[in-house]
Amino acid sequence: MPKDSGIGAASKRREDVRFLTGAGNYTDDINVYGQAYVYFLRSDVAHGRINSIDTSAASEMPGVVRVFTGDDFEGVGGLPCGWQVTDRFGQPMQEPGHPVLARGKVRHVGDPIAAVVADTLQQARDAAEAIELDIEELPAVVDMKAALNEGAAKVHDELPSNLCYDWGFVEDNKAAVDEAIKNAAHVTTLELINNRLVANPMEPRVAVGDYNRANDESTLYTTSQNPHVIRLLMGAFVLGIPEHKLRVVAPDVGGGFGTKIFHYAEEAFVTFASRKLNRAVKWTASRSEAFMSDAHGRDHVTKIELALDADNNFTAIRTETYANMGAYLSTFAPSVPTWLHGTLMAGNYKTPLIYVNVKAVFTNTVPVDAYRGAGRPEATYQLERVVDKAARELGVDPIALRRQNFISEFPYATPVAVEYDTGNYFATMDKLEEIADLAGFDARRKESEAKGMLRGLGINCYIEACGIAPSNLVGQLGARAGLYDAATVRVNATGSISVMVGAHSHGQGHETAFPQVVADMLGIDESMIEIVHGDSSKIPFGMGTYGSRSLAVCGSAMVRATEKIIKKAKKIASHLLEASEGDIELKDGKFSVAGTDKSVAWGDVTLAAYVPHNYPLEDIEPGLEETAFYDPSNFTYPSGAYCCEVELDPETGKVTIERFAAADDFGNVVNPMIVEGQVHGGIGQGIGQALLENCVYDSEGQLLSASYMDYAMPRAEDVPFYVVDHSCATPCTHNPLGVKGCGEAGAIGSPPAVVNAVIDAIQSGGKNVLHIDMPLSPQRVWAAMQD
Amino acid sequence: MYAFDFEKPTTVAEAVAALADDEAQPLSGGQTLIPTLKQRLAMPSKLVSLTGIAEMQGVCTNDAGQLCIGGATPHAVVAAEAASKYPALSALASNIGDPAVRNRGTIGGSVANNDPAACYPSAVLASGATVVTNNREIAADDYFQGLFSTALEEGEIITEVRFPVPQAANYQKFVQPASRFALVGVFVAKFADGVRVAVTGASNDGVFRWTEAEKALSANFSPDALNGLSVSADGMIGDLHGTPEYRAHLIAVMTKRAVAAAS
Amino acid sequence: MAKVSMTVNGRAVSGDVAGNRLLVEFLREDLRMTGTHVGCDTSQCGACVVHVNGKAVKSCTMLAHEAEGATITTIEGIASPDGTMSRVQQAFQDHHGLQCGFCTPGMVMTATKLLEQNPTPTEAEVRHALEGNICRCTGYHNIVKAILAASGQDVSKIAAE
Repeated sequence: MPKDSGIGAASKRREDVRFLTGAGNYTDDINVYGQAYVYFLRSDVAHGRINSIDTSAASEMPGVVRVFTGDDFEGVGGLPCGWQVTDRFGQPMQEPGHPVLARGKVRHVGDPIAAVVADTLQQARDAAEAIELDIEELPAVVDMKAALNEGAAKVHDELPSNLCYDWGFVEDNKAAVDEAIKNAAHVTTLELINNRLVANPMEPRVAVGDYNRANDESTLYTTSQNPHVIRLLMGAFVLGIPEHKLRVVAPDVGGGFGTKIFHYAEEAFVTFASRKLNRAVKWTASRSEAFMSDAHGRDHVTKIELALDADNNFTAIRTETYANMGAYLSTFAPSVPTWLHGTLMAGNYKTPLIYVNVKAVFTNTVPVDAYRGAGRPEATYQLERVVDKAARELGVDPIALRRQNFISEFPYATPVAVEYDTGNYFATMDKLEEIADLAGFDARRKESEAKGMLRGLGINCYIEACGIAPSNLVGQLGARAGLYDAATVRVNATGSISVMVGAHSHGQGHETAFPQVVADMLGIDESMIEIVHGDSSKIPFGMGTYGSRSLAVCGSAMVRATEKIIKKAKKIASHLLEASEGDIELKDGKFSVAGTDKSVAWGDVTLAAYVPHNYPLEDIEPGLEETAFYDPSNFTYPSGAYCCEVELDPETGKVTIERFAAADDFGNVVNPMIVEGQVHGGIGQGIGQALLENCVYDSEGQLLSASYMDYAMPRAEDVPFYVVDHSCATPCTHNPLGVKGCGEAGAIGSPPAVVNAVIDAIQSGGKNVLHIDMPLSPQRVWAAMQD
Repeated sequence: MYAFDFEKPTTVAEAVAALADDEAQPLSGGQTLIPTLKQRLAMPSKLVSLTGIAEMQGVCTNDAGQLCIGGATPHAVVAAEAASKYPALSALASNIGDPAVRNRGTIGGSVANNDPAACYPSAVLASGATVVTNNREIAADDYFQGLFSTALEEGEIITEVRFPVPQAANYQKFVQPASRFALVGVFVAKFADGVRVAVTGASNDGVFRWTEAEKALSANFSPDALNGLSVSADGMIGDLHGTPEYRAHLIAVMTKRAVAAAS
Repeated sequence: MAKVSMTVNGRAVSGDVAGNRLLVEFLREDLRMTGTHVGCDTSQCGACVVHVNGKAVKSCTMLAHEAEGATITTIEGIASPDGTMSRVQQAFQDHHGLQCGFCTPGMVMTATKLLEQNPTPTEAEVRHALEGNICRCTGYHNIVKAILAASGQDVSKIAAE
């Protein structure tokens, strides 16, 4: 019986009304009186030495307030990197500077060279054309392996090479893994590319810097997933503005998918310029600008080997990955191919020996950082593709091979440092077989074949790690930040509640789901609870939303704070009821004395807290407001099994997704409607990666897929309805809600399922194609079938 | 966009006069021109809107039985009003861009721009249509002159496109996955005196007629007539979305499908 | 600069705007009606769709002066004056057809027009009608479902096998 409120209810989203009626408040909707506009002149070459920048003519253009160049940032910090990886040899990664505006060299197409601030955007853009640049073009490095060749052009002259780090994990396992592979009964090898993607939230990035001379305070309105992280990075490391004089507001944000985690040059610029000019400065990215300035995602080139014994048990995995960092280290870039990738290489399987090697490489391309899933999709893709290939080589059923190697006992310590607390991979696979109607596949294949089409079935399992933690551990791994979160529960005198949370909602529906939790705990109506987020001046210091962490981490903080509220409210109630505190029960918004009919309503207790006339002032303080910080003791490990069924037109190579099913284990679920929506969206993006999306540079470092004319976004006609299920729940064992996180699962679980299905379809047509790199565009599929 | 003036005449004559100014440029539906202006790839001094000219709007049939479409007629109107008279043309129009683009984009704008991946040029060429301008009539075979290049002179306006209506016709579009323009589009039109086949999206020279297929289909209008025929990859477009070989291959596939659908 | 006048959501408005002013800029910046969004610059994403003289149009690809004398409806004008959401808006909320909300105004404007022209579309027709509206959050599942529901069709069986 579905609930109609509280935890487990599919409560409709309260935020929808403003979004559906045009009343949303996105950053570009914010205009500050008297604001000026900035236009960034960006490099149109991938690599060049800046000989001179002459801004004199531009400065004289109508409406121009001031033209800034890199020299204006003398003495100002560069954009910091938030994660330091230590390499195989115990040395820290190479960490080049990242200026706000380019100095000395430009290092990728889109690298900002100068910033023109003018009364109107048109004037700023006109003036930018009058800037005279003398840039000596240098050879660009684009291909990662070529970038590591002796004599390759260096992205950063001051570094020994283009290698950021050479990471081995777990280095002590290497010899044993090599030995196991040498002695294996069978080794399946696969070389593959995880295609570079552009996150493309539909709202382009925007930043408005507003300086208030009266109190020397700066406000930055920005399209961010984590306002406090931006305040810390920009205030402490870039501009040196004390945090109490810096407010960062991320209002309604139109999607993030990782790319709005990072601290960007444009944010620092508008804040800096507004202080210099004593005038608000606004920047709104065009989509074309977004393609060359938003951090990109993925871009791994990998070789994976899977060793099996004579009984088809997995005995070892060895992988070697080249991970593109782009021209500079974006905020969390170094962590993605390492700690968010290597630690997931066990997947759902009890492979005893694993060794992961990652070489991170600088190239003359846009920086690469976390995009939905971040490292985990790359791990899952290579593992699940190689397992599928192994099944084909060995002539065994791909589901049976997976089942045979599933981890079956929990907790399970993997050979790649993490410990899965709970899960049931057999249950999700059973559920998948049912909801995907695998039994009916042969009949559907025959129908397709009767039309001259090929049909394929692809299976995938995934495990992911969410709510990255605990802080002391990630600190040892190189994180330069904590990974807790925080919530303040402020109960008002009349009993309504404001919950200030560190998590940020940019589509996840926190404003609806979070109150469901608090309402359930207190037994009051959800509508009495409001979530406040996105403004550093209103909320406690929280780390924001990414990595499917909001409910698991910030939600847990909210639970802890609410527990404190209950504890104090019970004390007040016990005073009002003249009963012992231990006898007070809270149920349905009412405090009662156990075993009696004496009770006091929620609102009476909250009023007493703020009008403390009849109140134990000697024991407790007035008021009812509590804050909790929550630092998880482990990751959470959502898992699942996915199935994709495709039809392939052998004459054109065009693939159509006919059916898609997902059986996920997210632990407990607060709002199933929102959870399913998250899975749908993730699957849509995963299908995009598998079939459509590709961010491509030519050999000179020019971005070829620089707009929606060439970067293929999934549209409604490219996807089917999805069948999703989350009933196989093994609750997380270490957070108070038993939740695991659901935001990235779809994007992690779907690409291998799609590719496995296409390979299956091609094989069914009698062509021995074993791999095609994503995206499986019609041309690539057709070409593969011609060989 | 750079700054420009805007003028919206109500007659062709006024429009022609307005376009006589230096660097003046006609603006039809703007679905290609406005994005181009946003990228600052053009710098007109003045845009002369053609959307307010009543005589350039609408679909009708002339005494010769030709379908006459005003140059400023949006795709959505063609899709609706050509449906009974020339279904293949209506179907083509109803699959250009998306609903909002079809409400603004016009046949004259598309034919004047002659984007190598646009749909309309294939219909114009395969139908043997006549492009009517403010001062002359141009046969389709003379009109298209390569990538973004046409017989139009500076300031010349397409006021109408006249389509002879074939006995049978079909357009097959294989979309480029990002832009949804034609990666390859083939329009096949069967007339009493023969079959015409026009291909868009594929060639570095823009829309072209596949004469070998026309000959075979004129003798036998069936997909089998195309067996063994292929287009050379030489001169075909190669880009992120398709190699020249792939495009050449798709031309044969799409032509067969168009014939099958038309017959 | 020249004067342009039009009716927006029933209100007569005018402004002195440059020739290159886009309709969406006029709406967002001059009228400060920020419900209509801009998500791309190549006329593809559809976040900017409004109705001009009863037709869905991408307001980022139309000059403000082209709308002289036109009757315009934006997302702000879709709900009833008393705030009651339209059938399409309500279906989007009921079926979780939006997440971040950025593409939503354009989706609602396109869907509203579709249902006027085709009151009971098939799933395929709905998907085709959304060709020019990109959503990055929902995977389209609940958008298509919401539009089918708004058309009065039973959506309870969708993907519930």
